[in-house]
Amino acid sequence: MPEITRDEVAHLANLARIDLSDAELDHLAPQLSVILESVASISGVAGDDIPPTSHALPLTNVFREDVVTPSLTPEQALSGAPAVDEQRFSVPRILGEEA
Amino acid sequence: MSLIQRTAAELADALAAGETTSVELTQLHLDRIAAVDGVVHAFLHVDAEGALAQAAESDARRAAGALLSALDGVPIAVKDVLATEGLPTTCGSKILEGWIPPYDATVVARLRAAGLPILGKTNMDEFAMGSSTEHSAYGPTHNPWDLERIPGGSGGGSAAAVAAFEAPLAIGTDTGGSIRQPGAVTGTVGVKPTYGGVSRYGLVALANSLDQAGPVTRTVLDSALLHEVIGGHDPKDSTSIDQPLPDLVAAARLGATGDLSGVRVGVITELSGDGWQPGVMDRFQESVDLLVKAGAEVVEVSCPNFVHAMAAYYLILPAEASSNLAKFDAMRYGLRVWPEGKPDASAEEVMRASRDAGFGDEVKRRIILGTYALSSGYYDAFYGQAQKVRTLISRDFEAAFEKADVLVSPTAPTTAFKLGEKLDDPIAMYLNDLATIPANLAGVPGISVPSGLAEEDGLPAGFQILAPALADDRCYRVGAALEAALLAQWGGPLLDKAPALEGA
Repeated sequence: MPEITRDEVAHLANLARIDLSDAELDHLAPQLSVILESVASISGVAGDDIPPTSHALPLTNVFREDVVTPSLTPEQALSGAPAVDEQRFSVPRILGEEA
Repeated sequence: MSLIQRTAAELADALAAGETTSVELTQLHLDRIAAVDGVVHAFLHVDAEGALAQAAESDARRAAGALLSALDGVPIAVKDVLATEGLPTTCGSKILEGWIPPYDATVVARLRAAGLPILGKTNMDEFAMGSSTEHSAYGPTHNPWDLERIPGGSGGGSAAAVAAFEAPLAIGTDTGGSIRQPGAVTGTVGVKPTYGGVSRYGLVALANSLDQAGPVTRTVLDSALLHEVIGGHDPKDSTSIDQPLPDLVAAARLGATGDLSGVRVGVITELSGDGWQPGVMDRFQESVDLLVKAGAEVVEVSCPNFVHAMAAYYLILPAEASSNLAKFDAMRYGLRVWPEGKPDASAEEVMRASRDAGFGDEVKRRIILGTYALSSGYYDAFYGQAQKVRTLISRDFEAAFEKADVLVSPTAPTTAFKLGEKLDDPIAMYLNDLATIPANLAGVPGISVPSGLAEEDGLPAGFQILAPALADDRCYRVGAALEAALLAQWGGPLLDKAPALEGA
């Protein structure tokens, strides 16, 4: 069972786009190790012949008629935005300074 | 008995008889909220003005003879994980503080279409991650039976609101027990419908393949009435079941006659033993005996893979949650925080800072766990295995339902614990959902009915009844039969034994 290190937690937080402080890393890393240890029992429970289940009930694609139905107005869609400019979501710069 | 202590079915009758009005009922509940919610903290937002306006409309409809449903005019509380147009929806998180959705969840739209005034939004663990409401960013809800104790979670707000007579009805959501476990520890009734039985449109997803909204009430009949209002096919949810609900109210009424002749009840071997509080087990056994007395045939059934349910759940849930919560990126809605001293920060830096500031500890734990479980190298060993175990658990259910019409267990292993007791011990917290998780993994319906008070601490325990997918009516029939037998034994509702709250 791989133990999860502080560095790994920092890496995973980075992948999940969460800035964790040093204090948070100290706090969370040991807890995550304990959780992983407790779920590790699962490895080897089911053999290769067991198919995975992703959904409780069998699902098929669902389609609807290709007709226009009422939807949000631009004002409604933008109503929760942190910043709006000319009927658009206004976001921080997405390119680095060197670009 | 005061009006607010009556059941929703009785309130509907009182409205029909002209004994009261929806405006009066709604005002009485708002008064109760004002009197006790300072100590209970079941609500994150109370919409007095909106609820009273909706109540007035209901009274006008009644005068005109144009009622919308059997529950028209009976007020309700809604868990803060369901989008409500014009009302704040926070999911118990700072990242959604102040967010007002521009649309209604289907469940909410159906409540409005059925004429139920919405009193407000109830407290919950952040994004429904927890079993105590202590992970709410807005402070915990307190159990009306003992304000020092947890009301269960994640839907502790809805359960406490109903237990404290702040609302006759509430909506909860159940991903691993978040309706049933709060029901058990607050002495109320909670139902997790068959997966796909109630629309998830507008329900802020924790784990799509497990989430299900359902009724939170004080009686089995009230749950059936509410379930019929919110359930049924919704074209806006592609996982919604496209067939009619069984007749749930009729099943509850049939059960209440007390006759369970011919019903086979399976006691799940694996959901008892070490770690199960003796007083909870005593109440469970007593309930099983009452079912036998009502004519049911009891058999013991083994579901050997249930012991792996918790491990599978804590891989599948974080995996789905980490993906779902990626949408909180500080761009289109929700909190936007700029990293300190960086006014020219990039979108990604803003995203990182916002997610750090906006998410609480438990959410961060689960996002990181899910990211880990899905990462290459670990995927097969963890997520892949968990999905296979899910198959094994469904097969256990199939085999068990060949021997029994319903399966039963205590809803939760213990009564309500003290606030703070398990807050920093995730595993101890997760164990509360041991008995409720298998139903979510297999998509089958379940109900928790109060089974009485545990001897050692005088706190409520719950009795869980599980049925095959689409057979929600069986939960109502057996639940109502047990409720009727216990009420006869107690001489009144269990909540009569709860202490009076200050200000009441």
